[in-house]
Amino acid sequence: MKFERYGIGIIKGMTVTIRHLLRHPTVNQFPEQRLNVSRRTRGNELIWSREKCTGCATCAKTCPQGAIEIVTATNAENNKYEVETYRVDTGYCIQCGLCVEACPYDAVFMGYSYERAKYRRGELVQTNDELLESPERPASGYYHPDIAGKLPVQTLLVDKIVEKRK
Amino acid sequence: MTTTELMTLKTEPFVLNFGPLHPSTHGVYRMRATLDGEVVLDIEPVFGYLHRGIEKLAEERTYTGFIPLTDRLDYICPMSNNLAYCLAVEKLAGIRVPERAEYLRVIMAELQRLVNHFIAVGTFLNDCGAFMTPVVYMLREREKILDMFDMVCGQRLTYNYMRIGGVGQDIPEEFLPALRKFLGTTPRFIEEMEWLLKQNEILLARTKGVGILPRDTAINCGISGPVARASGVNRDLRKADPYSIYDRFEFDIPTGEAGDCYERYRVRIEEMRQSLRILEQVTKQIPGGPVRAEVPHLIRPPRGEAYAHLEAPKGELGFYIVSDNSIAPYRCHVRPTSLINLTALREMVRGWKVADLIVIFGSIDITMGEVDR
Amino acid sequence: MMPNLPMQAVPPDWPGGYWWHWLFFSILLIAFVVIMVMGAIWIERRGMGRMQSRLGPNRTGPFGLLQPVADAIKVLLKENIVPDSADKLVHWLAPVIAFAPVMMIFAVVPFQNGALLADLNIGILYVVAVSSVATLGVFMAGWGSSNKYSLLGAMRNVAAVVSYEMPLVLAIVGVVLVAGSLSMNDIVLAQDIPFILLQPLGFLLFFTAGCAEINRSPFDLMEADSELVAGFHTEYSGMKFAMFYLVEYAEAIAISAIITTLFLGGWRGPVLPPWLWFIVKIFIVFFFMVWTRTTLPRVRIDQLMALAWKFLFPLALINLFITAIQVLVWPDALPWGLIIVNIAIMVILVVVWSKFFKLGWGRLEV
Repeated sequence: MKFERYGIGIIKGMTVTIRHLLRHPTVNQFPEQRLNVSRRTRGNELIWSREKCTGCATCAKTCPQGAIEIVTATNAENNKYEVETYRVDTGYCIQCGLCVEACPYDAVFMGYSYERAKYRRGELVQTNDELLESPERPASGYYHPDIAGKLPVQTLLVDKIVEKRK
Repeated sequence: MTTTELMTLKTEPFVLNFGPLHPSTHGVYRMRATLDGEVVLDIEPVFGYLHRGIEKLAEERTYTGFIPLTDRLDYICPMSNNLAYCLAVEKLAGIRVPERAEYLRVIMAELQRLVNHFIAVGTFLNDCGAFMTPVVYMLREREKILDMFDMVCGQRLTYNYMRIGGVGQDIPEEFLPALRKFLGTTPRFIEEMEWLLKQNEILLARTKGVGILPRDTAINCGISGPVARASGVNRDLRKADPYSIYDRFEFDIPTGEAGDCYERYRVRIEEMRQSLRILEQVTKQIPGGPVRAEVPHLIRPPRGEAYAHLEAPKGELGFYIVSDNSIAPYRCHVRPTSLINLTALREMVRGWKVADLIVIFGSIDITMGEVDR
Repeated sequence: MMPNLPMQAVPPDWPGGYWWHWLFFSILLIAFVVIMVMGAIWIERRGMGRMQSRLGPNRTGPFGLLQPVADAIKVLLKENIVPDSADKLVHWLAPVIAFAPVMMIFAVVPFQNGALLADLNIGILYVVAVSSVATLGVFMAGWGSSNKYSLLGAMRNVAAVVSYEMPLVLAIVGVVLVAGSLSMNDIVLAQDIPFILLQPLGFLLFFTAGCAEINRSPFDLMEADSELVAGFHTEYSGMKFAMFYLVEYAEAIAISAIITTLFLGGWRGPVLPPWLWFIVKIFIVFFFMVWTRTTLPRVRIDQLMALAWKFLFPLALINLFITAIQVLVWPDALPWGLIIVNIAIMVILVVVWSKFFKLGWGRLEV
């Protein structure tokens, strides 16, 4: 004759919840307290390097969403092939990173920044100079290990103390 | 004796819509339930609210370009979807995957299984009415895994990590220490979850013997995964049809007998333990070397068709691909786990109460992205 | 803030007789209840947050103390939506009817020796009678909304309250037998040893039945959010929703206050002033409710009924029987021996009775 159902499970469960009362909470207070994102993070925007780009349009062909548009032209003065328009519709972009992976000249990077919401749909379409790297638009190390090495180390929840409070 | 005979008052059944926007339908699923008071007489599932035509979209994307879209099928476990699709294309094109990539794939697939079971168990217990607590604890543990996925592939939900012929990038050097740390803490966490609700009398009363899926019905309906194993069907594709390198690891397949909601919950917890066991072995054995076979970017598989399946966390996930030797699949079909597991719902819920309907539905563990595709 | 003023049950001789006295203290009581509810909401959200490894609201005011105020302002400013097919009058009247009786309970709760609005000699009977009227409001809300979720929630509530009145009252009778009075004030005065020690089984029964009566988790079936969206107040918004929200917490505070009065020695306690003891004890009981809500899953409607009629009701009868015998035969000189005997009886009864529960029933052939 076994007595199993007399409330011991309820008491056990309640010890677990009360123990959590004495522990560090896991959450962090976002706008004030920011964690480092991954070094390979695929942030909200694409970064393009005008110097390295040859206008081969491999990125545009790879893009599953067709979000990249490239117009190339021949410069009549020095008879050189150059990129006239490089336009990314961030509204269509799904941040898959295939363009970065495909680019044979390492001219495209994923962005490291986040919180890039815009108020108008039109502002999501970025052209030429809006796509260049700048201090506000750092590049992430996705498929670029050299950049990844310089970025801060990612904060991990595994390292965080969630045990008893001191 | 039927319900109407039991009742002395003359009543008539009424129809109640659960969903498409309901706290417990895990997305936009809709059940038209015919109720007699609190008793469920019949349900009629209505779905398609999340249909995005992913199978059709595959036909106009390149083979590589479809990988990000497989993330959106079962958005709880995209790694498994990626892997299933890549296995199918590799089978079609006859590509051999490097050794290290196989190990990385196993790591990701097993971590993904843990993620899915955290979510499944957490939301199931939440459906039972344990007010948010199990979900929050489970999400906390899931967060640790998502951090690791983020470290590897740069995203927390849509990984797009597997590639045809390997994986996208090699893992960074801080990955394996983090994984070992995670493997050190998680068994303790699972013990804590067991303390929280395993023996809870109310949970036992709510789930034991509720929503029984008999073994025959499970087989006839093509149910797979933890739901089928809880009914005593000892079938796990990792053992039954070993793909990748699963034949190198030691692990057990937990099965239940009763086939009720409680058994499904137990099977998932046990599977989490087995996944940790596999991960322990993988971290010890992982070799060096390349992570990606030499595959052209615009791969053109030979004319033909292939079906590859794997044991996704929710059950058997298969991709069927027909190639016409172009850069895009001629036809791509997904064998969705959730949709097929959902087919037995009506058999399970009839005669139970409204509250049980929610619990049984939660115990099947579905994702609407996969049901509607 | 506390009605710390009158020490005697007889109202002072104010101009206009009793009426001014009652008006003044009624307003004071309502203010007290509203502030207690805010405290309760804060404790629930913060405490639950910490137990769930979160922080809880912490942006409004120090430690998020003003969160209930902010919530109240938000919800009062919201649009009041009445469904087209609703029974307008019933829909409008329901929150009022649910609100009034909860406030009336506090009239007989003693905050200090004699500090209560009306020292009725049938105080506890009055509490039992008045508290079940709130169900009427809930049922009107469910019926008047013309929503099937609301109706199901309201039906569940009526069923639960009707069943749980029985063990609730029987548990109270045990206390009344020991105390020898129905007046709340006299019950507190009789507790040289808190009745939780003399009546442990009665306390357990009363706490369970009380939770079920006011629909706190694990018996929160009437607004089971994972099943019935929001239960009986699915169709309520704005001010009327705020009323129901207030009622929910005021009921919890009321039950905590009654438990404090009946089992925990009411306002009695060393060092601190009596009214502070009373509030501290209320919040301790309420914290216990928050704790159970954080941990436990919800029971099913038929299991709820089974618990009432197969577990609580027989145990309440047995408890009453044992208490009656003890009151008659136990020597007054040995109260501490009684405590040990009663706790042993409680453990044995609960363990033995739980054997009768079967799992996995409840399916009907359809």
